[in-house]
Amino acid sequence: MSDQTNRTPSGGRIDRSRPLTFRFDGNSFHGFAGDTLASALLANDIHLVGRSFKYHRPRGLLGLGSEEPNALIQLARGNRTEPNLRATQIELFDGLDAASQNRWPSLAWDIGAVNSALHRLFPAGFYYKTFMWPASFWRTYEEVIRHAAGLGKAPEGPDPDRYEKIHIHADVLIAGGGPAGLAAALAAGRSGARVILADEQAEFGGSLLGEDDVLIGGAAPAEWVAATIAELQSMPEVTLLLRTTVNGYYDHNYLTAVERVTDHLGAAIPTLPRQRLWKIRAKRVVLATGAIERPLVFRDNDRPGVMLSSAMRGYAVRYGVLAGRRPLIVTGNDDGYRTALALAARHATVAGIVDLRADPSGALVDAARAKGIDILAQHSVVGALGGKRVEAAQVAPMTADGKGLAGAARPIDCDAIAMVGGFNPTVHLFSQSRGKLAWNETLHAFVPNISHEAETSVGGCNGELTVERALKDGIKAGLEAARASGHTARQPAAPKVEEPTLGTHRALWTLPSDKPIGHKGKHFVDFQNDVTAADLMLAAREGYRSVEHVKRYTTTGMGTDQGKTSNVNALAILGDALGKDIPAVGTTTFRPPYTPSTIGVYAGRDHGALFDPVRTTPMDPWHRARVAKVEHVGQWMRAWYYPKPGESFRQAVDREVLAARQGVGILDATTLGKIDVRGKDAAEFLNRVYTNAWLKLGIGRCRYGLMLKDDGMVMDDGVTTRLADDHFHMTTTTGGAAPVLGWLEEFLQTEWPELEVHLTSVTEQWAVASICGPKCRDLLAELCRDIDLTNDAFPFMAMREGTVAGIPARVFRISFTGEMSFEINVPSRYGLALWEALMAAGERHGITPYGTEAMHVLRAEKGFIIVGQETDGSVTPIDLGMDWIVSKTKADFIGKRGLARPDLRDPNRKQLVGLLTEDPNEVLPEGAHLVETLKAAPPMAMLGHVTSSYYSPNAGRSIAMALIKGGHGRKGQALHVPLAGRTVKVTVTDTLFFDPEGSRRDG
Amino acid sequence: MLLIPCPWCGPRDDAEFSYGNEAHIVRPADPSATSDEQWADYLYLRNNPKGPFRERWMHAAGCRRWFNVLRDTNSHEILAVYKVGGTPPAEPTAPAKKESQG
Repeated sequence: MSDQTNRTPSGGRIDRSRPLTFRFDGNSFHGFAGDTLASALLANDIHLVGRSFKYHRPRGLLGLGSEEPNALIQLARGNRTEPNLRATQIELFDGLDAASQNRWPSLAWDIGAVNSALHRLFPAGFYYKTFMWPASFWRTYEEVIRHAAGLGKAPEGPDPDRYEKIHIHADVLIAGGGPAGLAAALAAGRSGARVILADEQAEFGGSLLGEDDVLIGGAAPAEWVAATIAELQSMPEVTLLLRTTVNGYYDHNYLTAVERVTDHLGAAIPTLPRQRLWKIRAKRVVLATGAIERPLVFRDNDRPGVMLSSAMRGYAVRYGVLAGRRPLIVTGNDDGYRTALALAARHATVAGIVDLRADPSGALVDAARAKGIDILAQHSVVGALGGKRVEAAQVAPMTADGKGLAGAARPIDCDAIAMVGGFNPTVHLFSQSRGKLAWNETLHAFVPNISHEAETSVGGCNGELTVERALKDGIKAGLEAARASGHTARQPAAPKVEEPTLGTHRALWTLPSDKPIGHKGKHFVDFQNDVTAADLMLAAREGYRSVEHVKRYTTTGMGTDQGKTSNVNALAILGDALGKDIPAVGTTTFRPPYTPSTIGVYAGRDHGALFDPVRTTPMDPWHRARVAKVEHVGQWMRAWYYPKPGESFRQAVDREVLAARQGVGILDATTLGKIDVRGKDAAEFLNRVYTNAWLKLGIGRCRYGLMLKDDGMVMDDGVTTRLADDHFHMTTTTGGAAPVLGWLEEFLQTEWPELEVHLTSVTEQWAVASICGPKCRDLLAELCRDIDLTNDAFPFMAMREGTVAGIPARVFRISFTGEMSFEINVPSRYGLALWEALMAAGERHGITPYGTEAMHVLRAEKGFIIVGQETDGSVTPIDLGMDWIVSKTKADFIGKRGLARPDLRDPNRKQLVGLLTEDPNEVLPEGAHLVETLKAAPPMAMLGHVTSSYYSPNAGRSIAMALIKGGHGRKGQALHVPLAGRTVKVTVTDTLFFDPEGSRRDG
Repeated sequence: MLLIPCPWCGPRDDAEFSYGNEAHIVRPADPSATSDEQWADYLYLRNNPKGPFRERWMHAAGCRRWFNVLRDTNSHEILAVYKVGGTPPAEPTAPAKKESQG
C-alpha cells in the first residue's frame, strides 16, 4: 500500500496506531485518527480538491482551518447531505465519504473550465452587465446560471437529524482556545467565575499545535496546553466546549455558538443531538480568536500547491504531512523562515526563500542560511506555473520600491509554494458586536480599537502575534473579566516563553509582474468567489468608490467564507486603484454566522409537532372518534364537518346546516375566547372599550359588543354577560382571545390605571356545547331540571346558572345561528361528559353535530359577520351597516373619535352587502373581485371583493357577502364577477338571506 | 438581543418582551375636542430619534406588566427602567451626541 506518500515517518498529533479509511470522489484512501480530511488528502498527495466558483479553475488547499476558501466539500448522502464544509474542519473518521463540489463531470476533467478560457467574457459585474436585457428573459437566464454556478447541493427532504439548544449565563465567555484564550480561562477560572471556553477545533491549543520552535516553561507547548486543560477540567464552574464555533455576537453580550456534537463520529448517535446551539449571555467576553494569514497576490496564485505559509507549516508540524517535497517560500517577513526550517527539518528540499525585503537578517534568517537554503532578497514571484498542481515559480528581482522588476524572471522548480502575506487579526466577532477597528501600520492590518460591548480582545485577534504576549494579555484579560463579573482573584504568573523573534514585515499588496495585471493569467484576491486584482481595478476604473459597492459589484468577500483571506488584500488593491490609503477606503461589515451553519441547529426542536402548540378542546376525542374532519383555527384544532360514509363535503355540510334549523344541532364552541372581568369599575371599563352602552346591563343579561381600535376600525366582537354588579363574563373571537386580553390590559395599565378592574383569561376553564334548532329546548329540558327554560323566565340574551346532566353549568341563551339556541358552559373537565350526555339524550331528537363550516353557513344565512373575514382592520361598523351598535350618546369609547374623521363617512367607502348570483347553484369563490363595467380583459376598475360565500340549503341557493365601494347605495344593482375564463353575474342585496323576521330565535 | 431589566422580574432576554413604541403618549382626556391633526398626531406619529428614547415594553412571557425604558436607540444601551406613572429620568444627551457625530 503506497498510500500517504506525503506523511513524515514520525511526528504530528495524529494517532498512527489508528489508521482510518475514507473516500474522496469515490476513491478510497487512508489516514489516521487526528487527521482532518484536508491533512489526510495532502498526506495522499491530493492537492486538487475543488473547482472554483466562476472559472472552474482547479483548486487546492489554501489554509488549515475555518478560513479555507477552496476546499469546499459535500458530505454524506440523501437528506443528511451537507454542502460547503471546509475540508480543513472535517475530522477524519472511518468510512467518511466526501465529494468535491462545483465540477462536472469530474474534478480532473471539468467542462465548466471553458469559462476560464473565455474569461474576457466574465469581468467584474458580469451578471449585471450581461443578463440585463430583455428583463423578461431573466427567468431563463437564472435557471442556466443557477445550474452552472453555485456551490454544492442542498438536500431535498427534511433533515433527519436532531438538534438542540442550550440557554446559559456565564460570567466570562472566552471565544478561542489558543494560548491567549487558555491563559484567560485559567486566570478567570481560578477566581471561581463561571467560565465558558469554546474552540472550533477538535482540541485546545490553537496555533500552538502547529509550532515546533516554541517552548513554554521550558517544555513543548502541548505540555502546557495539557496541564492547563487538566486544571480547567477540575474547576466545577468552567465549561470547556470543543468543536464549538462562537459564530454570532449580538447586543448586550449575547452570543451564539454551534457545537458539532456527533459530526466527527460519522454516525448519528440516538442519545445525542447532531449539533447544539449555545445561546450564551455573558457578563464579560474575551475574544481570543487568533489571526488568519493573508495570501500574496501574484499571477496564478491559485494553482493547487500554493498555500498559506502558516498552513503548510501546520500540516507538517501538527499532522506530519509535507505539502511538497520541494517547497518554495515567498515571504514578506521572518515567519517564512520558520516554515522553511520546519519543512527542512522534515526532510523537504526547500527550493528557496523569495524575500520581498531588501536585507533580511536575524536569527531565523541565519538559521536558514546555515541550512544551505537559497535566499533571494528583494525578489518577487511573478507567477506560478502548472495546471492542476504547481510545477514552478517565475521569480525575478524587484526594484527597491517593490513596484517593478529589476531583471528577467527565471523559473524555479517547486511542487508547493508557501505564501507569507502577514496576518489579519480575526476581528469578525469583534466587528459583529459593533466594535470599531483601527489600521495598524506596523502589522498592515485592522485591529480592534473601541469595544462596543463588555469585551476584550487578546492575542492574535488583537494584533499580538507572539505567544508571550498572548499568554500575558490573556491572563490580564481573564483576571479583569473575572473581577468585573464580581469575583476576586490574584494574578497568576505568566510562564516563560521561548520563541523566535520575528522582524519587520514588508507588505506588497500585488507582487510586481512582468505583464500588466490581468494579462496572461489571473491574480486572485478572493479565491472562493473568483475575484481577481484586475476585477477590483476595473471596478475602480468604472467609477466605483464605496467599498460596499465594490464588494457587491465584484462579489469580493461575499462567499461562504465572508472573505476571511481576501478582505484586506481587496481593500488595499482598491485603495491603490483609487489613490487612497486603506483606512480611508474603509471596511465592509462582518455579519453572523462566522462560519456557515446549518439551518437545523437554529430550528432545534422547533419544527413539526413542536413548532407551535396545538390546542384541543375536551370534546376533541369524541370528534376524532367520529372521524370528523378537523381544521386549524389559530392554534386550535376544531371539528370542521362530520361526513357520514360516502358523503361529500357539500353533502355533509348541507345536512348539518339543515338539521340545525329543523331539529337540533350541536357545536363544540369551547374555543371562543373568554375573559373574566372583575372589579368595581368593570361596567365603566366595558363602557369605554365597547361601542355600545354597558352601564345599565342587568345582572344575568347578555349583550353583543363590538370593539374598535382608536382609529375607528373593527377589532373584535363577542357577547358579554353580567354575572354580578362588579363581575362580567366576556367572550371574544377564537383568534382574538389573546390579542384582546393584551389590548385591554394595556389600556388598564397605561391609560386608565385609576380603574379597579382585573382581567383573567378563562378560555381554557370552560368547555362550551352550543345547541340550536327548534327541538333544542326540549333536549335541554330533559337534562336540566333546575332552570325554567320558558321564554318568559329565560328570555333571549340572558344567562342562568344551574346543572345540566348533573354538571354545574352557566347556560347562555344567545345565538350565532338565528335559531333558538343555548350555549352551555361547564368546567372544562366535564366538557366531554356534557357532550356525551347531550348526544345520548338528543338521539331521539335526531341531534346532529355540526362543525365550523356549517356554523359559517348558518351565521351567513343571517348576515352575521365574522371579524377577520368580513373585516380586515380597515372596516368600520358603519361600513358593515352596524350603525345600530355605535352609541351616539356616550361621551367617549375607544374608536369614537376615530370614527368622526370625515373620510370615514364617505359614501364611496367599501361597504358590506349581500350578493345573489344569477344562477342559484353558482357558489362564488371567496376573494373574487367585483366590477361594474365589464371589459374584455383586465385591467378593469374593481369595486371590491367577496368576503364570504356558501351554498345555503335553507335559502335553497348560493349566498355571498362582499365589501364593495358605495355598496349600501347599490342594492338591486347588477354587477359582474370576472373569473378565469368566464364571468358571473350577481345582484347586490341585503346581507340577510333567511328568516328576515327573526322569528325563529324564540322557538 | 437586549437584556431588559423588568422592574418586577429582573433582567430577562428581550424574547420575553413585546414592544410598545414611544412612552408618555397620553390619550387625550376629551378626544372629541381634538382636531383631526391632533388626533392623528396622538394615534400615529411617534418620534424615532437616534439616541436616548423613552419607550414602552411589556413583559409578555413574565409578569405581563407594562413599563418604561430609557434606551439609546443607537448603542442599544438601557439607561433607565421605570414603572408606569413613575418619574421619567433625564435624558443624558451628551454621550449620544458624541456617538452620532463620530
